[in-house]
Amino acid sequence: MIEVEGLTKKFNGFTAVDNVSFSVQKGEIFAFLGPNGAGKSTTIKCLTTLLKPSSGKIKINSYDLLTEKNEIRKSFGIVFQDPSLDEELTAYENMEFHGVLYNVPKKVRQERIEQLLKFVELWEIKDDFVKNFSGGMRRRLEVARGLIHHPRILFLDEPTLGLDPQTRNHIWNYIKDLNTKENITIFFTTHYMTEAENVAQKIAIIDHGKIIVQGTSVELKQKTNTNSLEDAFLKFTGTAIRKEEASSLDRLRMRHRVRH
Amino acid sequence: MNTVYILWLRQLKRYFRSKSRIIGSLGQPLLFLVALGFGFGPVFQRAGEGNYISFLVPGVISMSIIFTAVFSGIEVIWDRQFGFLKETLVAPISRLNIMIGRTLGGATVAFLQGMIVFILSFLVGFRIKNGIYFIFLALLFMFLIALLFTALGTAIASVLKDMQGFQLIVNFLLMPLFFLSGALFPFEGLPKVFEIIIRFNPLAYGVDGLRGCLSNGFHFGLHIDLLFLSLIAVAFLTIGAYLFSKIEI
Repeated sequence: MIEVEGLTKKFNGFTAVDNVSFSVQKGEIFAFLGPNGAGKSTTIKCLTTLLKPSSGKIKINSYDLLTEKNEIRKSFGIVFQDPSLDEELTAYENMEFHGVLYNVPKKVRQERIEQLLKFVELWEIKDDFVKNFSGGMRRRLEVARGLIHHPRILFLDEPTLGLDPQTRNHIWNYIKDLNTKENITIFFTTHYMTEAENVAQKIAIIDHGKIIVQGTSVELKQKTNTNSLEDAFLKFTGTAIRKEEASSLDRLRMRHRVRH
Repeated sequence: MNTVYILWLRQLKRYFRSKSRIIGSLGQPLLFLVALGFGFGPVFQRAGEGNYISFLVPGVISMSIIFTAVFSGIEVIWDRQFGFLKETLVAPISRLNIMIGRTLGGATVAFLQGMIVFILSFLVGFRIKNGIYFIFLALLFMFLIALLFTALGTAIASVLKDMQGFQLIVNFLLMPLFFLSGALFPFEGLPKVFEIIIRFNPLAYGVDGLRGCLSNGFHFGLHIDLLFLSLIAVAFLTIGAYLFSKIEI
């Protein structure tokens, strides 16, 4: 479903992603792990057509990333690492906006929006403004939104960041359910190793822009002779805390958060 | 077509929902109308130029349009910051469609803001001197100004990464454009340098067109105003669309 060969992304001489190759099978749940600044989000941005790779070959849903961008965009849904909702619109309007952008016919759109909002338990408050929503509610709305156009692949970039165990549990149950029932391929990143251990069928660990190891959680633990994925992860990537420079955008966001 | 419509609709919804923004951005034009209009009125009259209010109103309408328009364009930065821009950029539609939808939305908002000032100007004694045909032309001028400056705002926002440069834009772009457009004073009898600068200011043609249609007659001429304004609007739309298509998140 996803085939990546020699993906490289450079920013002004700095190599964020360095010759990365991996593949994800149809219907697979694939965890993409790595410390901060390892290149996870950059990889996802390349896969989802937001960034143009410096080099490498990417095929998604058997479409080529360079020549069939629009087909690829129709194939996936995405929940970004940071919020991407319009706070001045209601939950329903955010869903509607997405449906129209993805050219889902009106009748189908209305049915799906109702079904999805009921599923993530936001139907009752569909006409409330998103600015009044909690972090968990926003996350659920984003997951629901990413599914309106029935994507074959769902990208989740740290979908459970900052959520309480209840909400995390709720979201993961929903995603696992989706994976079994609809056979949607799931590609996700997370810092919670237990999530990856519980959910992912295959795991890749990336550090300094390079994939260090790939395999199932059992294989990774065997290789490092550890009992938990967290320990295995630390053995692979070391215990040093990473430096990550905040971009001007991050700083602004931070200020915004402090103000509110 | 649907996608352009939904992007346009979003801008309008956001506009009508922020009442404080609508009222807030009326403050400056109204202050100009009242303070300058009544303040300079007697001098203007004595200089033999006629009624200052009827001279000033088209300029102040233009001012409220360009400020709203550039800010609407600059909302791209806001959307980038709050992440919503990504949602539109990964959708299976072309960047050109996104840019057109947003820009039309922003231009409509700026046009409406200009309409409010237009209507309010009757309260301070503004009267239209020409017929219905010229009123339609005036509305066309208003929309062209709105379109041109929303495209300019979008172009700027596509290059800027955050709102730090915001003050710079207001003080070094919007204010000079406004003050050097002939919005406040007549074109006739200006120092040569001044006149040349004004000729390079796209807003001057907008102000002149609007003034010609509504009250005091044209300085450059209706056709020149319309032609220049349209050409510059197309140019800015093209530049804006190009820069917008180059945005990387």
